[in-house]
Amino acid sequence: MSAQQPPSAPDVAKPRSLAYRIWDSDVFFSFRRSPVTIVAAIVTAVLVLAALLAPWIAPYNPFDPSSLNLMDGFTPPMSEAMMGNYFILGSDHQGRDVLSTILYGSRVSIFVGLSATLFAMALGISLGLVAGYVGGTADSVIMRIADVQLSFPAILIALLIFGVARGIIPPSRQESMAVYVLIVAIGLSNWAQFARTVRGATMVERQKDYVSAARIMGVHPLFILIRHVLPNVMAPVLVIATIGLALAIIEEATLSFLGVGVPPTQPSLGTLIRIGQQFLFSGEWWILFFPAVTLVLLALAVNLLGDWLRDALNPRLR
Amino acid sequence: MTAPIVSVRDLVVEFPLRRGLFTAVDGVSFDIMPGEILGVVGESGAGKSMTGSAIIGLIEPPGRIAKGEILLNGERIDNLPADQMSKLRGKRIGMVFQDPLTSLNPLYTVGQQLVETIRRHLPLSEAQARQRAIELLGEAGIPSPETRIDSYPHQFSGGMRQRVVIALALSAEPELIIADEPTSALDVSVQAQIIKVLKKLCEDRGAAVMLVTHDMGVIAETATRMIVMNKGKIVETGSVGDIINRPQEEYTIKLIDAIPSIKDETRRHDVPPAATPLVQVKNLSRDFDLSPGFFDRMFKGSRNSIVKAVQDVSFDIRKGSTYGLVGESGSGKSTCARMLVGLIRPTAGQVLLEGEDIWASGSGSQNRRKRVQMIFQDPYASLNPRWRVGDIIAEPMRALKLVSNKREAAERVADLLEKVRLDPISMRKFPHEFSGGQRQRIAIARALSSQPEFIVCDEPTSALDVSVQAQVLDLMRGLQDEFGLTYLLISHNLAVVRQMADDVGVMHNGVLVEQGEVDAIFDEPKVDYTRMLLNAVPDISKLA
Amino acid sequence: MLAFILRRLAQSIIVMLVVALISFMLFRFVGDPIANLVGQEARISDIEALRERLGLNDPFYVQFARFITNAVQGEFGISYRLQEPVSQLIISRLPATIELAFTSALIALVVGITLGVFSALKPRSFMTAIVMTLSLVGVSLPTFLIGIGLIYVFAVELQWLPSFGRGEVVDLGWWRTGLLTESGLRSLILPAITLSLFQLTLIMRLVRAEMLEVLRQDYIRFARARGLSQRSINFGHALKNTLVPVITITGLQLGSVIAFAIVTETVFQWPGVGSLFINSVQVVDVPVMAAYLMFIAFIFVVINLVVDILYYAVDPRLRIQASGSGK
Repeated sequence: MSAQQPPSAPDVAKPRSLAYRIWDSDVFFSFRRSPVTIVAAIVTAVLVLAALLAPWIAPYNPFDPSSLNLMDGFTPPMSEAMMGNYFILGSDHQGRDVLSTILYGSRVSIFVGLSATLFAMALGISLGLVAGYVGGTADSVIMRIADVQLSFPAILIALLIFGVARGIIPPSRQESMAVYVLIVAIGLSNWAQFARTVRGATMVERQKDYVSAARIMGVHPLFILIRHVLPNVMAPVLVIATIGLALAIIEEATLSFLGVGVPPTQPSLGTLIRIGQQFLFSGEWWILFFPAVTLVLLALAVNLLGDWLRDALNPRLR
Repeated sequence: MTAPIVSVRDLVVEFPLRRGLFTAVDGVSFDIMPGEILGVVGESGAGKSMTGSAIIGLIEPPGRIAKGEILLNGERIDNLPADQMSKLRGKRIGMVFQDPLTSLNPLYTVGQQLVETIRRHLPLSEAQARQRAIELLGEAGIPSPETRIDSYPHQFSGGMRQRVVIALALSAEPELIIADEPTSALDVSVQAQIIKVLKKLCEDRGAAVMLVTHDMGVIAETATRMIVMNKGKIVETGSVGDIINRPQEEYTIKLIDAIPSIKDETRRHDVPPAATPLVQVKNLSRDFDLSPGFFDRMFKGSRNSIVKAVQDVSFDIRKGSTYGLVGESGSGKSTCARMLVGLIRPTAGQVLLEGEDIWASGSGSQNRRKRVQMIFQDPYASLNPRWRVGDIIAEPMRALKLVSNKREAAERVADLLEKVRLDPISMRKFPHEFSGGQRQRIAIARALSSQPEFIVCDEPTSALDVSVQAQVLDLMRGLQDEFGLTYLLISHNLAVVRQMADDVGVMHNGVLVEQGEVDAIFDEPKVDYTRMLLNAVPDISKLA
Repeated sequence: MLAFILRRLAQSIIVMLVVALISFMLFRFVGDPIANLVGQEARISDIEALRERLGLNDPFYVQFARFITNAVQGEFGISYRLQEPVSQLIISRLPATIELAFTSALIALVVGITLGVFSALKPRSFMTAIVMTLSLVGVSLPTFLIGIGLIYVFAVELQWLPSFGRGEVVDLGWWRTGLLTESGLRSLILPAITLSLFQLTLIMRLVRAEMLEVLRQDYIRFARARGLSQRSINFGHALKNTLVPVITITGLQLGSVIAFAIVTETVFQWPGVGSLFINSVQVVDVPVMAAYLMFIAFIFVVINLVVDILYYAVDPRLRIQASGSGK
């Protein structure tokens, strides 16, 4: 098989700048070549930016009770309400502008999804590194916990953690803590994926001779782990993190849809869909439709990015 | 004059790559006569395997035959439709791959795989096919084939599996066998047996063989005629004897010249025999506990199994000399190396560096870190791909606090790069921008950067092509003279050890069976195992 | 073989004990069990008497042992919310969940494996591109949205199928089945599809990835070099090797179908264990939560055991030790 490999890269005469290396890298090359991925990246960027800038670009502030008028309720898209307000995507039962609630809602969804993923990543990477590098009993214990947890669906774990939190936190503070409980619940239900992947990759890297070389010089194990091993196990982590972000956003939406997520005063896309569902059968389809489309678009775009990243970083599997 | 079995005419194989077309095989033409063993030799990337794949029609997409034709008994086969080509494979052209451990489907018995292949090509009943399978296994040298036929591949050793693979390739009596590095994944002693089996079976059947290998020694012992390939083109064709003894082309001359031989007696320098030993290894032993892990022990019953990887090994290394440690895989030579540099703690015994135990805590290990370094086998795995070359080389200096600031480190790195004959600008590049040989130079520069006296070299050239190997060995010798270094050279390649070492030790199953001065061991081995090893090595001095 | 199963059983019991410990802690420390049993105006002495009677003053391990003993007998206490024995609640709702889960698992397996194999064997075909794109859409669509969408199209707009409930059920003694009546079967269609879609995409992508990996292996190349037909390489050699890793993961996926049913049951108001659980979480009905957790763990352990035995049957490397009769 040796000769089937393509030839090694031609000698580059001098070191190139970082920007050039990124532009010229195989990963970025496959990005430039894939129109679907470029569209997905643009959609993600637009949705994230819109959510970020919600307070400045939303036509109304849907959470300012003084600006709401029940008489504006159930206005269909692209039409003027009785009180003279114009709603591009219509309004809901309380007369809130659907476009504005979506902008604010995706803010919550993206914040929760991103934080939960980062939390899961931090936990999973540290435990995975320890399990893979130290091995032995630490490895057995961590991986058994991960195995058992992986066999339960994330949504169930998140529900359990949520239930426990509800039992522990006094009712007066439940509302203000809800978002953080959600982040912890979703994060804890997703760490095992990261731990398993990082552990596998760490065990491979640990065997490699550059680690042996560092050990011969007496480099501190923690330094080896962070400076040598970690950068080399990040590629699969990035893939899982991207797909995990899409999963976390969906998970948040599901929890909120089930009524155990964020409080209605601070609705996420899932909450909006839950509200909209009540009016779907009576013909006010837009209250559900637009938040749903936003959610699916967001999840799909992020999933497409993850899918591309996996192929680009692992060219064997094409 | 008989007609050739295979004629390859002006073959071109191309791979469309991101940066343009890569021509793997470029206008290659040759014939193979009935019953002939044609050796195809070349370094990695020469296109030799690809030529074999092209003949049997197994080029992986996106690669394709762009030009030329392949004739089997005068009949063109390179443009056959897929289903006809697949009937031809195995029936008229058989193939043997390099790695016997992965060539067989792990879920079927070897009998099932043989019967399946036989019945695909020959009109035999299940029982007849099974009978034939047993005969084939017997001919391939599998003991008691009647019972072994129902074993699964994982129940065979590597050498035995390669015999099964050969039996499979021959099961429908093909006219041509393409053997792609058939022995490269095997130990020397097994290698010799497999070559014998392959040669005998093909001779008995009058099948022609195309033997693709990087090892000129294997060709010298097996083939009658040979082709030398380089960069997709044929450099030279002729009888094996002519090419090895009287190479004509410049590339071939260099190639043959670079190949070390176990008969090579050129001495390079003399180490004063009375020199004090720098390193003393005393009764070194290492056991590995292969017992299952904590949880498995709890549930699977405690089956403790202990492997004695190194047993009671003692030797001295004279200051300024090279000590070669040879042995087959699993002989414990690498475990020895790792104990000498402080990667694996010995179960028993001592390693003394000028009288001081390197495993003594505190001063001993500090002393070791300053004075002992290591060069590894795989230059792709021994350099962190995410670090710049400058940081890689400076790592020992930083770890041992030998430099006070960045500029001093950079100056030292530049100096080291020049010492290993690389451009100092390389320090700003990443390892993937270099070839295998260049990477090994970087690894050598790193080993030198803490100014050690003793360097353990674990198979430093076995991942490299011969011509590159010669350059790296040359560099190592030069540096030894310049800095008065002491080497421990671990290798399975006896010829390399003969060329480099002053003293040599032979390891077998964890025991040091024989040691002494290099010429004495190679010319008059005292122990049977050493003698067997030396006889088994395919060497260019052993022309068929 | 027996030793192997016994080892696995021992492992399963450990897992169950760990889950039982978590359930017990839930039970014991989340909320106050007494406050949930007695009213606001209970006297301190009454509470103390009740604590003593329920054994809440016993040492931790005694309480845990009692919890396990009760759990083994199917005794999980009384639901705070519905004031009924938890075990009865779960048993009465189990048939609905199991019928739903099995139907969707079947759909997911059959369609998922077929599509996975197809897309791996024909990686460059147009159909594969469509299937792969759809599968990405599939994992991006939250289950509850699929459910709502299906209800909207088939129940509200087209009015072909019912939008909620199980339809008519037939009582077979201890099992109330919806599979024997027309309305029961019609009610099953939408929830079963909804529940299967996510698993289906996962199984499909997994089978495809594993099969592509297997097709790259040397023994497949060697099988081609031996001249075997494409058909026997694909289905005899590649598929069988693909199934080894696929069995494990699909087994676990199927276990999670039952837990996943939570969302689907909520959307379709399906009277199963999942909707019981979600209602309990909302009001912190701890006995039901604890029992449900044990129930899911039990199912997971049983499936795991079955998967291990299957694995053992398929892979000779596990069944037969290398004899070591070497060179």
